[in-house]
Amino acid sequence: MRKNILIVSLVLAFAAIVGAEGTIDLNAAGATFPYPIYSKWFDVYHQQHSNIQINYQSIGSGGGIRQLLAGTVDFGASDGPMSDEQLAQAKFKILHFPTVLGAVVPTYNIAGVTGELNFTQKALAGIYLGAITKWNDPEITKANPSVKLPADDIVVVHRSDGSGTSYIWTDFLAKISPEWLSKVGKAATSVNWPVGLGGKGNEGVSGLVKQTPDSIGYIELIYAVQNNIPYGKVQNAAGKFVKADLAGVTAAAAASAKTMPEDFRVSITNAPGATAYPISSFTWLLIPAQIQDATKRDAIKNFLKWMLTDGQNYNEGLTYARLPKEVIAKESKAISLIQ
Amino acid sequence: MSAAATTIAHEAPPQSGPRAFIRRLTRGDELAHLITLVFAAGILLLTSMIVYELWINSHLSRTKFGWDFFWTRIWDPNFDNFGAAPFIYGTLVTSAVALIIAVPLGLASAIFLSELAPRKISDGISFLIDLLAAVPSVIYGLLGIFIVVPLMRTTLGPMLIHSVGNVPYIGALFRGPNYGVGFLTAGIVLAIMVVPYIISVSREVLLTVPREQREAALAMGATRWESTWQVVVPWARTGIMGSIFLALARALGETMAVTMVIGNAARINPSLLGPGDTIASTIANQFTEATGDLYLSALIELGLVLFLITFILNGLARILIVLTERGGGHPS
Repeated sequence: MRKNILIVSLVLAFAAIVGAEGTIDLNAAGATFPYPIYSKWFDVYHQQHSNIQINYQSIGSGGGIRQLLAGTVDFGASDGPMSDEQLAQAKFKILHFPTVLGAVVPTYNIAGVTGELNFTQKALAGIYLGAITKWNDPEITKANPSVKLPADDIVVVHRSDGSGTSYIWTDFLAKISPEWLSKVGKAATSVNWPVGLGGKGNEGVSGLVKQTPDSIGYIELIYAVQNNIPYGKVQNAAGKFVKADLAGVTAAAAASAKTMPEDFRVSITNAPGATAYPISSFTWLLIPAQIQDATKRDAIKNFLKWMLTDGQNYNEGLTYARLPKEVIAKESKAISLIQ
Repeated sequence: MSAAATTIAHEAPPQSGPRAFIRRLTRGDELAHLITLVFAAGILLLTSMIVYELWINSHLSRTKFGWDFFWTRIWDPNFDNFGAAPFIYGTLVTSAVALIIAVPLGLASAIFLSELAPRKISDGISFLIDLLAAVPSVIYGLLGIFIVVPLMRTTLGPMLIHSVGNVPYIGALFRGPNYGVGFLTAGIVLAIMVVPYIISVSREVLLTVPREQREAALAMGATRWESTWQVVVPWARTGIMGSIFLALARALGETMAVTMVIGNAARINPSLLGPGDTIASTIANQFTEATGDLYLSALIELGLVLFLITFILNGLARILIVLTERGGGHPS
């Protein structure tokens, strides 16, 4: 009897080892913003293809790029596209694949103000530059004629940790304000903020805003929606005030699709179109153009195909905007570049 | 210790060959000597490796900024311009605030627990204090966010601005605007975090003061307080100092709790109510997303600076201990 158990367990163990040999382990690391959807995708994909296991570490875009360049992961993920400089440094060619879209929204806490505020582009740039210091500044009041704004000082809140959210926010500010571009610089995960307090993570920023009267901060749309945090409308390139939602974000991406470069490294902040939400961005998978291991290569290519089709259906459930059709078509073609 | 070891080795009859060596090993002394030596050397090795790694990896930043790194007040990842001054300032100020609050509090508690409280109560409270020392720092950060920050914004901050804020010179430390987060809040949270260390270690040290010392003082006609303050505490002062520097070390390197309540602004703010940042908090905040080589190198140099600050403060502590011992403390 005991012998039988031993034999059975040995056979099982052997089967497990053989099974393990057939699995393909892919390692990836990078952005934290798309982590919820990525872990969902990788999990569902593993259920459908039990031999493919993708391990994703959400260590931040910077870390993802570093690990990819060092060759310690099979692919990376980043909230901001890699710069020309970084691509030149790389020993191998790296391809960008947009996966989902995110947006950043302004949230605020003003005593006595309950309605939704409209923010002109100039107002947001002015507030974050420290040029607009009072809530009843004409630049803010003219866009909100029905709201009575107090003459109190604005408390500005930004992210203290390096983050893709800051990247999108500063990308928008740098695009709409020449003064921002010259003083604070281009889009970056951390910048030298002219004014304000720093909060760690979306929860840190929204916590500070909630606690501090007369404050304004910026958080990811997904975080605001999931936690029922009210946020304001932002003026887009067409001059319309748009409240961020998934459709508006996809519209911004669709508007940029025509002018999208072949390598998908594109900023879609301040996109044209009346319905486009102006503070939106893609997030990317960073994949080496040449993958020696044929099984890994096929696994990655198949996953990308799945991600562009079935995978996109999981987006809305987790409050990510889906990719527009035009972008999906372009990306599907680009998959063949992986060799 | 090594002298004792050699004497014992000499007492054994002089033998050579592998068998003798093994016998000497199994006797314990040689083996213990070897093992402890290796472990002690390991600590030395570890420390030097940390310094070495920090030194090598901060090369880019060190060559580019040189000594200016210490007093440049700008930290700008976008234009690759880095200076540690705001963070050095924040680290020193928050730690100083923490000690100013924690030392009297901790010392008084330790004296009460060792000298005045009944032993049973003292042991019970000490157990709770040791538990406090084991609470993770993020919990203290939450405590800061939910209790200290609102208190500072609505009550303590305005009170300080309207009272001490009007006093010449030191008034500059208590000027608005008052956000609730800032150096003072971080210092208070740090004080709460480090006070268990001071109490726990100081109490143990005070308890080791010989009973005769107290009895002698009382026999000389001292009151109980006089015997405690003039005899027992000076006797234990080296150990008490040790507890304070343990607390300082923890305050200097604390990351999570500080970053949650300090406001994270890379500025040198003369007011304690203003937001700032510390070295540890900046590294933790920015390391994951740092992409540029120079940026990364500057962050690593920040680590080197923190190491240097700890080193200097520890050195000063040693000197202070030597000086106070000359004043008549118990040479322990």
